[in-house]
Amino acid sequence: MEEKGRNEAWRETLRKSMNPKERTAIERVHMNELSGEYRCHNSEEVNQGLTLQQAMQEAKRCLDCANPQCVTGCPVSINIPQFIKHIELGEVLEAAKTLKETSALPAVCGRVCPQEKQCEAKCIHLKMNKPAVAIGHLERFAADYERESGQMSVPEIAQPNGIKIAAVGSGPAGLSFAGDMAKLGYDVTVFEALHEIGGVLKYGIPEFRLPNQIVDVEIENLAKMGVKFIKNCIVGKTISFDDLKEDGFRAMFVASGAGLPNFMNIKGENLIGVMSSNEYLTRVNLMGAASDDTDTPVLKGKHVAVIGGGNTAMDSVRTARRLGAERAMIVYRRSEEEMPARLEEVKHAKEEGIDFLTLHNPVEYRGDEKGRVTAMLLQKMELGEPDASGRRKPVEIKGAQEWIDVDEVIVSVGVSPNPLVPSSVKGLGVSPKGTILVSDENMQSSIPTIFAGGDIVRGGATVILAMGDGRKAAAAMHAKIVSGEI
Amino acid sequence: MSKIVDKSYFSPNVVRLEIEAPLIAKSRRAGHFVIVKVGEKGERIPLTIADSNLEKGTITLVVQKMGVSSTKLCSLNIGDEVTDLVGPLGKATHIENFGTVVCAGGGVGVAPLLPIITALKKAGNRVITVLAARTKELVILEEQMRAFSDEVIVMTDDGSYGRQGLVTTGVESVINREKVDLCVTIGPAVMMKFVSQLTKKYEVPTVASLNTIMVDGTGMCGACRISVGGQTKFVCVDGPEFDAHQVDFDEMIMRLGAYRDEEQVAKEQK
Repeated sequence: MEEKGRNEAWRETLRKSMNPKERTAIERVHMNELSGEYRCHNSEEVNQGLTLQQAMQEAKRCLDCANPQCVTGCPVSINIPQFIKHIELGEVLEAAKTLKETSALPAVCGRVCPQEKQCEAKCIHLKMNKPAVAIGHLERFAADYERESGQMSVPEIAQPNGIKIAAVGSGPAGLSFAGDMAKLGYDVTVFEALHEIGGVLKYGIPEFRLPNQIVDVEIENLAKMGVKFIKNCIVGKTISFDDLKEDGFRAMFVASGAGLPNFMNIKGENLIGVMSSNEYLTRVNLMGAASDDTDTPVLKGKHVAVIGGGNTAMDSVRTARRLGAERAMIVYRRSEEEMPARLEEVKHAKEEGIDFLTLHNPVEYRGDEKGRVTAMLLQKMELGEPDASGRRKPVEIKGAQEWIDVDEVIVSVGVSPNPLVPSSVKGLGVSPKGTILVSDENMQSSIPTIFAGGDIVRGGATVILAMGDGRKAAAAMHAKIVSGEI
Repeated sequence: MSKIVDKSYFSPNVVRLEIEAPLIAKSRRAGHFVIVKVGEKGERIPLTIADSNLEKGTITLVVQKMGVSSTKLCSLNIGDEVTDLVGPLGKATHIENFGTVVCAGGGVGVAPLLPIITALKKAGNRVITVLAARTKELVILEEQMRAFSDEVIVMTDDGSYGRQGLVTTGVESVINREKVDLCVTIGPAVMMKFVSQLTKKYEVPTVASLNTIMVDGTGMCGACRISVGGQTKFVCVDGPEFDAHQVDFDEMIMRLGAYRDEEQVAKEQK
């Protein structure tokens, strides 16, 4: 891959200023964070970011490879060496600019991407048995530095072409799509069903991991680029796809997210106090239910079990801890090794005193006379042969069951696509699972003017994959508009 | 923002609000509901649409003061804005010519029954409406119901108006009198439970429109889930109308009490 700027004089000089041995000898930076004891009583952001010195030092570790694999690991193909080398020189605003060439939300990605499975997983350092360059920390640093500097750059916008484009949903996929289309000169409107812009970034990911204010700044930035936002509007319900067409929208990108929370269909699951992580997190994050001056209530359990091992499960269990749970536990049917959550979230959860009941699976809940959950029956599991996901399949250990007292259970075992949009468009190709079918290379659906991406296509993935879909759809839609195909 | 253009009282605790919402007015059908939020720190609550006016671009909601949020909404006046209003949500009522339909409404449940009655009548059904209330003053929308019903039976608990007795007494009298092809019921969960038990006995297919706790109202949270024929369903996207004979009303009533303690505390504070 021919990466921009590697042959420029400054990069060459910088590369030669230190030999690779010296660079690899530097220890990987440690993120500054609040102590586990302190932070589990408030919603302050756990990670405090790097200092300029730490960032510049960490940037030196990057070898500026001739063939940087990290870029291939990034779903939005950020020019990683370029931005890191800018940081090495202390040109942080330049680094931020580089990030924004390909990512609409660098401050978000720097915080929530599973870097250890993406860019950092491809870092050359790993081949030398050294920890990868802290690309995620550096990304976050550059984005935060720019924001705090008060000199946020607005990406260059092409001459407006007057073509109206709609994005349905204002989560990561919709925002990234909107940003790219605005850059290309389109007149973009984002429609959001909820009363806040940001989708899962607002209702899902908690304040201690991704402060709302950070999301808002990114959204303001898009607004500065000319993107319009319409809240409380459900495309397919409030207005139809035909209405949009009549209003002159040439094409649209559906990124309506993964709606329906999955439940396990076990006895007692509808007892009071058993709820989905979507409900729990929405109450706390979107509705502010934990504070006294809001009208939305939330149960604040003392013994809280969260079922599942993904990021949402970690977010839920750590939220429960912050809302006063004396015992907050993860119940996961596989072992820690198979957990889909980011490593950092698992580490942080442990530091905050979360119990991990791995190789346990709930089979029944019991309640009191008012219907409130009081206990759960757990089945102990062991790992068998690998299953379709490639992970070792959990198998019940016969007779190994135990009751554990709980007063709140949060079920976080995945989501199914939101049927609202797919069901409202005639002729839209949908899978048996309810996801919108699109072509892999261009995100185009069975209806040529409708593209789709994010969880409504994937059925439950990550912020960055959703953003990658948004980018891909924007590029493909643009090409098809330019060629006159749509 | 959605401005309130008209407000009137059915009773001191039951308010009729007409709200500017041209897009919703245009796309809504009988059976649809909206989510309303009052104030930046308000709660999202579901309310079934009682009526709409295409020319004025308005929808009508009938709200009973119950908890903090509904009281806040009722306290808004003409010219005030509803902070957030989104819809129409849920599946529209399935309307066809069934034959003879008994529509049984109680409390403010009478209001969302009106568009259903109107649609059923227009589809050619013989519509017999049973309105139930505790006492005469709480009987609402009788006149409007009469306009689209072949017959209206009013039941009051205390006998102060119409016949004395519960809604089920009225429904049963019709079933005993003539062949009923469908029953539609909207009202308090307990009322719907008893209507459902009654019509099950007589094998009259029955549709109940449910109002449960919701947060987003778009299928995201699952707070509204109920059991229908042993299967978990979401009232917001699978409903709000279900085959009443399959609904586990006891579980639904239990779940409606999920935040009763919190509501009590909130009421006392405000």
